[in-house]
Amino acid sequence: MSRTNIRLRSLNLSSENTAFAHQFDSAEQQQESATLGMWLFLVTEIMFFGGLITCYVVYRNLYIDGFIAASKELNLWLGAANTAVLICSSLTMAMAVHCAQLGKRNATVLFLILTVILGCAFLGVKAVEYHEKFTHHHVPGPNFHFEEAEYARPAQMFFSLYFAMTGLHALHMVIGVGLMAWLIYHASRGRYSPQYYAPVEMCGLYWHFVDIVWIFLFPFLYLIGGH
Amino acid sequence: MSTGHVVSVKIYIAIFVALMVLTFVTVEAATHDFGELNTVIALTIACIKATLVVLFFMHLRYSERLIHVIVVASFFWLALLIVITVSDYFSRGWLPVLR
Repeated sequence: MSRTNIRLRSLNLSSENTAFAHQFDSAEQQQESATLGMWLFLVTEIMFFGGLITCYVVYRNLYIDGFIAASKELNLWLGAANTAVLICSSLTMAMAVHCAQLGKRNATVLFLILTVILGCAFLGVKAVEYHEKFTHHHVPGPNFHFEEAEYARPAQMFFSLYFAMTGLHALHMVIGVGLMAWLIYHASRGRYSPQYYAPVEMCGLYWHFVDIVWIFLFPFLYLIGGH
Repeated sequence: MSTGHVVSVKIYIAIFVALMVLTFVTVEAATHDFGELNTVIALTIACIKATLVVLFFMHLRYSERLIHVIVVASFFWLALLIVITVSDYFSRGWLPVLR
């Protein structure tokens, strides 16, 4: 970027009425472009998780009895609690975007901090569940042991998918918490205004997407057959 | 003036309550044995919850048409991936193999 461009950009951002980069016609167009780009990224994410979901659908239907037996080993209540925690975090994230749109700096920071706390609570519960899997030898590998021997192989497949899907989801959560920390830093310094809050909105889209992934993982993994 | 549509707090709270109630319903339904229907109930509720999040928390309801097209196309593509793969796996052996 040339020096003139940088100067033009800073001029644009410093003026109250034209808070957009010089390549856009208006702040609305800039916002729409960011939203479009973010949704395109989320489409690739849907297909990313889609591969795992397809794999899950095929094996679940091939080995339904083994999957039911293995699913019963998961703690339904911890899974349900985590679902509730994520829904709460989606609300606080939506509120953070709402406050950023209205230019309420302190409220934005507060809701972002709440989102981080709830995100960490989710990861904490997940860590407890993972620990349980290790102590019960439910981690796929040479030490894998399943009580009902006839289902040992499909159960190992179930737990492989369990760790792959929840692990990938947890990685997204960790990245999300990192993004929140970045937003909190900039929001507390007054970087965002009703004219420019795209980063808050885009990280919000990402956070809600991760919530949606869990909304599907919960019934896929925890709610197979009657408990 | 904000550059985007500002959704009222009331709507967010209503969606939040709906999501919590649906979570409770899905967990409650899972503690009963409905046979095949368990899966149908769980997935229907998950789809309703995801739709609520996408429409209101992700502001899709207030976005322009282009975003709608992208979202619908992505789920169509996901459906293609799943339906074609599954139809291959579960139609094997339906026809005698010519040797």
